[in-house]
Amino acid sequence: MAIAVEGAHKRFGDFQALHDVSIDVPDGSLTALLGPSGSGKSTLLRAIAGLEKLDAGRVLIRGEDVSARPAQKREVGFVFQHYAAFKHMSVFGNVAFGLRIRKRSKDQIERRVHELLALVQLEGLADRLPSQLSGGQRQRMALARALAVEPRVLLLDEPFGALDAKVRKDLRAWLRRLHDETGVTTIFVTHDQEEAMDVAEQLVVMNEGRVEQSGTATDLYEHPANEFVMSFVGEVNRLGEHFVRPHDMQVFLDPEVGTVEAMVRRIVPLGFEVRVEVVLADGADVWAQLTRAELQRLELRPGQILHLRPSQARRFSDSLSTAGFGPPGRGSRDDGDQEVSVTAA
Amino acid sequence: MSLSAPSRWGLRTLALAYLAALLLVPVGMIFYKTFEHGLAAPVGAITSPNAIHALELTLLMVAIAVPLNAVFGVVCAILLVRHRWWGNGAIDAIINLPFAVSPVVIGLSLFLLYGLGGWFAGFSEAGFQILFAVPGMVLASVFVSVPFVVRETVPVLQEVGTEQEQAASTLGASAWQTFWRVTLPSIRWGVAYGVVLTTARVLGEFGAVSVVSGKISGQTETLPIFVAKQFEEFNYTGAYAGAILLAFLALTALLAMNLLKGKEDA
Repeated sequence: MAIAVEGAHKRFGDFQALHDVSIDVPDGSLTALLGPSGSGKSTLLRAIAGLEKLDAGRVLIRGEDVSARPAQKREVGFVFQHYAAFKHMSVFGNVAFGLRIRKRSKDQIERRVHELLALVQLEGLADRLPSQLSGGQRQRMALARALAVEPRVLLLDEPFGALDAKVRKDLRAWLRRLHDETGVTTIFVTHDQEEAMDVAEQLVVMNEGRVEQSGTATDLYEHPANEFVMSFVGEVNRLGEHFVRPHDMQVFLDPEVGTVEAMVRRIVPLGFEVRVEVVLADGADVWAQLTRAELQRLELRPGQILHLRPSQARRFSDSLSTAGFGPPGRGSRDDGDQEVSVTAA
Repeated sequence: MSLSAPSRWGLRTLALAYLAALLLVPVGMIFYKTFEHGLAAPVGAITSPNAIHALELTLLMVAIAVPLNAVFGVVCAILLVRHRWWGNGAIDAIINLPFAVSPVVIGLSLFLLYGLGGWFAGFSEAGFQILFAVPGMVLASVFVSVPFVVRETVPVLQEVGTEQEQAASTLGASAWQTFWRVTLPSIRWGVAYGVVLTTARVLGEFGAVSVVSGKISGQTETLPIFVAKQFEEFNYTGAYAGAILLAFLALTALLAMNLLKGKEDA
């Protein structure tokens, strides 16, 4: 393992930021720490960098316990959400900073900085000040600065959070390519599940200072360990005790085995797909995701009564009561998932 | 807030009139009075041995008090902003003391400490003269000019934040390297402005210094004391010429900073 955190605890006053957190990050991987704000993901990242001291637990980089080392001696590259550019230095000076601290020769510094500026596509801007760059350019400069000293791991704290949607998408693809080229073990923090799935090979989902689940995007989407992961990674409907993805909602015009009655409230066309918002007899709002073709076949319109049945549903509670929703019908896959359920530990 | 053209001009005129009445006219009068009868008299007055000694002594005060308070001010500001501690409130209040207390009171307090029967009277008993001598005057100058660098640096440090320093540490910089390469360059204009204000204050300090100096001509007389003395002795030309020399020194400090800053911004 390139990076491992074992049993990390961190408290800020009354707030428990990390509660017995352990993660393993394989060498050369690109891992996302995903969670809502306040879930402890940034604290965990900062603890790995040495910018935050853990109350208990260990941080291992390539098997070596670095818990007692200050940030200065951990050989990590860190990229901040708001760039943390050295405002009084040129782009060249920023990228050269770590090399100058390490007292490399002038020639070496010159060569390495230009190599990195080429890598992040900022050649020709070496003499600019950070204030003369756009947000995306500043963040690329910050990445080059972090990579210049050949860190053992690269840590990115919401690196695209301060950028607008278009630039963010471009930088995502670019980060992915950069990782493939450099092969540096990378961990990045994000609250955007789409971004995490787009960029990372491995995801660690965090909530309220704990790790809820880790695995590949497919693992998390197909086999969520609990309600939180299921609803954070992708969309979800709640039918009583059951959780159903909107695309797993089957829509019928007439009652079938295991269907429930619902009324169409609103039909929202979203390009290829259509979002059909319905209200159940007990007043619960759910929605189904259909293709245009399905919608045309069914000829749905607002106010209409239809019948719903999940093709796949999940339950995470131990309780066997089936409030509001009958036994799953034919083709449903309410299978072993309740065995892997994680009730609040 | 947008104003109509007439009220904008009205406010401008008012501001200029206020500045003119309170600042420009009195200073202008001194210039006029000094050079009323040509250059010879004022030049003679400020090239007399006593005047030259007073100028040298004033510059010595600046040379000691300004670097001392610049270093203290930066260290103190970093402690106040970067290291949360229960005693910070007290330090912050004490630093403001010289603003709150009249310079004469500061002078008298030094008198009580170092004079006969004072806690530190031992210094002069051991032959190291503090009162009525340069060391006491330096103490008074340092005391009155303590707050400026701290007060100018604290808000700049707060605004700069800690992210750049954290970035420097992840890049391998020690605390010392981070201070010299990242922190100090980011706060340099706050410090520079504080230094200019400190310089101006030390140049012009009269109250505290005059209490501890004993005002001995040619020995413990700074430029402001020299000016006051000339005035008391009805030697107006000498007083005006000394005053202009003082104003010139302070303006030079201010101008030097603006020139440096302008050069960098260009």
